[in-house]
Amino acid sequence: MRRLLVALAFFAACVVALSFLLLPLVALFTHTPPGTLVHQLSNPVVEDALVVSAKTSAFAQALIILLGTPTAYLLATRRFPGRTLLVTVVELPIVLPPAAAGIGLIVAFGRVGLLGGTFSALGIDVSFNQAAVVLAIAFVAGPFYVRTAIAAFEALDGQLVMASRTLGAGPVRTFFRVVLPLAGGGLAAGAALALARGLGEFGATVVFAGSLQGATQTLPLAIYYEFAVNLNVALAIAALLVIIATAILLSLKLGSMWQSSRSGSRYRYAITASN
Amino acid sequence: MAVLSVGFALPLRHYRLELELEFDGVVALVGPSGAGKSTVLAVIAGLARPASGRVALDDEVWLDMAQRVFLPPDRRRVGLVFQEYALFPHMTVRQNVAYGGRARADELLERFGIARLAAARPEQLSGGERQRVALARALARDPGVLLLDEPLSSLDAHTKAAVRGELAQLLPAFGLPTLVVTHDYEDALAVAQRIGVIVDGRLRQLGTPEELVAEPADAFVASFIGANVVRGRATRRSSQLTEVLLETGELIYSTDDVDGDVDIVIYPWDVTVTTDDGSARDEANVIRGRIASVMRIGGRVRVGIGPLTAELTRAAAAELTLAAGVPAQANFQPEATRLHRRR
Repeated sequence: MRRLLVALAFFAACVVALSFLLLPLVALFTHTPPGTLVHQLSNPVVEDALVVSAKTSAFAQALIILLGTPTAYLLATRRFPGRTLLVTVVELPIVLPPAAAGIGLIVAFGRVGLLGGTFSALGIDVSFNQAAVVLAIAFVAGPFYVRTAIAAFEALDGQLVMASRTLGAGPVRTFFRVVLPLAGGGLAAGAALALARGLGEFGATVVFAGSLQGATQTLPLAIYYEFAVNLNVALAIAALLVIIATAILLSLKLGSMWQSSRSGSRYRYAITASN
Repeated sequence: MAVLSVGFALPLRHYRLELELEFDGVVALVGPSGAGKSTVLAVIAGLARPASGRVALDDEVWLDMAQRVFLPPDRRRVGLVFQEYALFPHMTVRQNVAYGGRARADELLERFGIARLAAARPEQLSGGERQRVALARALARDPGVLLLDEPLSSLDAHTKAAVRGELAQLLPAFGLPTLVVTHDYEDALAVAQRIGVIVDGRLRQLGTPEELVAEPADAFVASFIGANVVRGRATRRSSQLTEVLLETGELIYSTDDVDGDVDIVIYPWDVTVTTDDGSARDEANVIRGRIASVMRIGGRVRVGIGPLTAELTRAAAAELTLAAGVPAQANFQPEATRLHRRR
């Protein structure tokens, strides 16, 4: 009898938890008829935010991959004192409150910040413009890519790299012909995670870049500002972001299934709890 | 043929690996696991950096720490076959081989009988096939030296015998200085013209199999190549005869001229066995005991008596009633013993 009660309690907890997670997502799509939601997407605020988000996300993603890949490779393959500390530094923005990150960005790269003088001497202005949005997204989302990329590079069989070198390939050819193709699945997963995180970035962006429609107002910022003006617009944007995020997550899962069935490799990236 | 000369010192965790070696032809480095054999290959290939030393193929210097010369692996003309083969899993067999060098890829696929597998992925191949792909790939870059790390250890017993035969035929035909690392003396015997025995980071002896048998440098080399090694205390009786008291209590005689604590080396084929009828026989070098084991290998029979193993022909064995537990005695001539002073 007691066993049955415990089992029931576990089952009930599970139902409550899953409903709690699922209900807001369902409500987003049922609160207002879908036709009305689709109609809101042609609102100029939504169109502007879509363009800003697409542009800044693309730039941030390029920045993350171009700087993050070599960083992850070095951290994954070199052993040196202080390496663990550096990896922790890379991971820190994952747990940092985004608003704190925004303030940090202001006092580092803003007009009055540490590098503000240097930047303005070079004619670069990164506050309350799209460059600031890109930096905010890269700061907050980049670590998701770098961390996954480190795991992907670490999972690579070092003998294959050595084999490539003894076959006459230099470090560059080895990287592009052996390392990248074999770590590619993990890198793509990391990029997808970073993209999803970056698209939803709010706190650091609002603090560091502000929320100017058509300039720095991304989709999540538009949700917040439209919420006070027109709930249906906010709902439409939220629904759109949920669809995009779900699509990214699904493609990640399908990608990993496809990869493990194809290569039979022992390596699988893990989407860990803190992600 | 080109000559590879290798000399270096490299401190490892438990000992210091030190090696001087100059060779052409096919040489096998044998020794127990952890003796530093694979590290020797890594130093030659440029995958490990020794504290001091020099590696050169004829007058082509690959490594000279004194001159601060250290060529990276891709600039050394070396073909390395890894223990687990390290084939690229994302490439086909043909792409793997062509990675080493496009020009000879097709020729090598034909030569190693793997042309029909050209489009297959490494995961679809058997152990023996992987081995051939790895060898073809290593040769595709047109190396000046061929290195094989435990080429037979990841194969099952059946495949191993076949591949051993293949390697024995193929390796000398390449005409390259070739170094094969193995922990199995039988494998070394099968594939190499000369054998180096390496223990605890030192090359104890390098020679033909005949030389190792005729003059093993020390007791370890002797036991490694299959000889009996027993301990005793030697006392010189005359210039021709030394008396040795074995640790097991028997007194034997040797023609070697040594005094003090010794290892006595006796080859199994120098030991004769007779079943013990209890009669006292007046012969030198008799060890009595019960037969511990009888093992038939090919045309020969190995018999264990006390501390010794004897190897008899089947014909000789057939005349005796050999079975575990039967009292027997082992005989050997004083000339058949070699004494090594123990350090």
